[in-house]
Amino acid sequence: MDPFLLEAIVNGILLGGVFALPVLGLNLVFGVVDVVWLCYAELVMVGMYCVWFLYTQAGWPLIAAFAACLPVVAGLGLLLHQLVVRPLLSSPPITQVLATGGVLFILQGGAMLIFGTDFRSLGVEMPPMEVGEIFVSGTKLIAFVAALVGAGLLWTFLKFTYVGTAIRAIARDREVMPLMGVDPRRIYLVASAIGGTLAGLAACLLVVQLDVHPFIGLSFGPITFMICVMGGLGNMLGGFLAAFLMGVIISTGGFWWNTEMSYVVAFACFIVVMFARPRGLFAR
Amino acid sequence: MEGQTLSLEGIRAGYGDFQALFDVGLKVAPGEAVGVVGPNGAGKTTLLRVISGMLKPKAGTARFGAADLAALPAHALPGIGIAHVPENRRLFPHLSVEENLKVGAYIPSARKHFAERLDYVFGMFPRLKERRRQLAGTMSGGEQQMCAIGRALMCSPRILLLDEPSAGLAPLVVAQVFALVQRIRAEGLTVLIVEQNVAQVLRVVDRAYVLEAGRVVAEGTSAQLASDPMIRSAFLGGH
Amino acid sequence: MIRIAIALFVALAALPLLGLPDYFLHLGIATMLSALSFTGWALMGRFGLVSFGHGAFIGIAAYTMALLWNEVGLSPWLGVPAGVALAVAAAALLAYPCFRLRVVGHYFALVTLAAGEIVRILIIALRDHTGGSLGMTPRLAPDNSFAAMQFDKHGFWWLAVAAWGFGILVWWWIDRSMSAKALAAISEDEDAAASIGIRVTREKMMITLISAGLAALGGALGAQYRLYLNPESLAGIGISLQIVFGALAGGMYSMLGPTVGAAFTIALEETLRVSFGTAFIGAAPLVYGVLLVLFILFLPRGIVGWFERKRWAPRVGR
Repeated sequence: MDPFLLEAIVNGILLGGVFALPVLGLNLVFGVVDVVWLCYAELVMVGMYCVWFLYTQAGWPLIAAFAACLPVVAGLGLLLHQLVVRPLLSSPPITQVLATGGVLFILQGGAMLIFGTDFRSLGVEMPPMEVGEIFVSGTKLIAFVAALVGAGLLWTFLKFTYVGTAIRAIARDREVMPLMGVDPRRIYLVASAIGGTLAGLAACLLVVQLDVHPFIGLSFGPITFMICVMGGLGNMLGGFLAAFLMGVIISTGGFWWNTEMSYVVAFACFIVVMFARPRGLFAR
Repeated sequence: MEGQTLSLEGIRAGYGDFQALFDVGLKVAPGEAVGVVGPNGAGKTTLLRVISGMLKPKAGTARFGAADLAALPAHALPGIGIAHVPENRRLFPHLSVEENLKVGAYIPSARKHFAERLDYVFGMFPRLKERRRQLAGTMSGGEQQMCAIGRALMCSPRILLLDEPSAGLAPLVVAQVFALVQRIRAEGLTVLIVEQNVAQVLRVVDRAYVLEAGRVVAEGTSAQLASDPMIRSAFLGGH
Repeated sequence: MIRIAIALFVALAALPLLGLPDYFLHLGIATMLSALSFTGWALMGRFGLVSFGHGAFIGIAAYTMALLWNEVGLSPWLGVPAGVALAVAAAALLAYPCFRLRVVGHYFALVTLAAGEIVRILIIALRDHTGGSLGMTPRLAPDNSFAAMQFDKHGFWWLAVAAWGFGILVWWWIDRSMSAKALAAISEDEDAAASIGIRVTREKMMITLISAGLAALGGALGAQYRLYLNPESLAGIGISLQIVFGALAGGMYSMLGPTVGAAFTIALEETLRVSFGTAFIGAAPLVYGVLLVLFILFLPRGIVGWFERKRWAPRVGR
């Protein structure tokens, strides 16, 4: 195989790993609370600014900045749920989605107000590694591994804990849960906190690869939604697989054409998939 | 801790403008098995929903021992010993049998005894043990009913509320389910069972209430009701 | 009723004759053209067909018009209809499979969101012609050229009022047609509507194409008025959300709701621009977002909806 194409595919898989975390977070929140957080990518942006600020401005060690970012964004997820989503739980879905869209503007505007519109960089870069015939970016590889570890931890939690099992159960039948002593409102809070934590983790992995600016959410937010829908909203495994598929489409699209066209192709693929499998590629 | 009585007095309940229950009273003493029978739409399911807190009554009192059921949120009721096997079982079809049972043991007091309760349930339903890794949705109706009862038993309840356990099951399986109910109550558990299958249910309960159009129209021991000419003609096919 | 409407319309058209400062006229034009787009969106939004991709239609129409003028020299008088036609065709291409395959609710919203993004990225990708993210300006004609649709604020005000009036007329006409009842039934329960003989796909297609066309018309005229186009303000998620917010703020269930919403959002933007200027960049979207959330939490039927309820509540008693 053409080594450049191979490199594109490998990069696509690495990219998919980074997409996977926000996709898992969105799907978790949607599956449990039944609300799409339209501002999810902006939560990631807040996390990126958090790491950038603590590392470059406050002089914290990078690891400490990462560790602080997770609870900050998790807390933001909780706030979002308590202040915006919870009062709207019985409203039509459009109202809920729009309200989180309002939060998108708030976070974007807030970031502009505090940090301005400059691109902020951490300035850490690892040398590329040569694997066989191809070059792989060291930071991307580490981010990929970290994303897989994060996804694995989430899977373990959902599979083996009581709360995790209840989360998987509530996605299918929320009215019956109180009969087993489960308070749905608490499960919503847990899911929102985990959704925020995953956004925080994604922020840590992205901030070492990309410069952060107030509009960065718009650059990967829409694609994250597409992936979720492709995998089937609320379907964690489907979304996880679709993230890699989309990563490879974008990366090889960039190999054949250019970056923008690769996104056009990716979105077009999404629309075609929607027509072929309206409930997602991996719908049961 | 033994010995809470379930008692309902003057319960009125419904959905929106529709009133399903009119001044319903009912008592279940500890260790008793009581049935609520009546035709479709008589309010039987509504009655169980009131007891398990899924529906708040508009008037009347519902107590289990000293606890006022209307004052507690629904999810607090398993904690005081009330377990409800809902209509149509409502298993989580995409979770395995064991995971369904695990959700049943969600409350803190149940988590502590998860292993022993699992042994107990598997001892009672060996079939579930064989299929512990199977997805609940792929089992037969009878097996699913066992799983639903098992899930309710996981939290060590004092009273078990069963809503139409025989619905949609083959006659042979219905007999098995009622045999299980008898076994459960033989172990000292209080049972309140709602059924349309009057003939079968009168064989396993001590007493029963007859509900019609949201009102209790008759009550008595199983023997009394089984020999009551009105009940016989209305529910038991007249012989 | 009709007489009042005509009188109102004439009064609006006569407004520039009062000698208002250009600044107010400018705001008026912007309001009318936004109102047209918002009205177009609400036309389908009120039936539960929530599109997050109306930016796609606006972008297609505006860029088609501008490119036809710059590259071929075709007058916007023909370019605008051509752009709107292309936008409507795109809407048909997107909506038909959606409706046939029952892509509804969240899924429909996200499919349309993807469509808006595709148009935005395509505009950026075709930067040799469109100027990419930097935007483009239609070639200037010698001043006040009627043929190039480049004229002073008075002329544009009449054009904007006429276009807006057309949009309102369409709403009024649809409200009186059987389609409004059919669509209301569809938004309640699609299967039930189909079972009583309503042609679900056909009705949804019709309202979607009209909606996309009106939104595209407003967007294309707006671009021509400003003589500046850029992908962020004419396509993609940003503009799509702004349209939804505007319609929602005014009240998407009332004929004049989206217009009130447009007046409100433009007044808001101007106030924010004037009071914060460039000193607090970001304050505007922040306030905007806060208001959006507050509106949804406390005025879910919008400004006009709230007034209507106040007035009608005792009699209707809902």
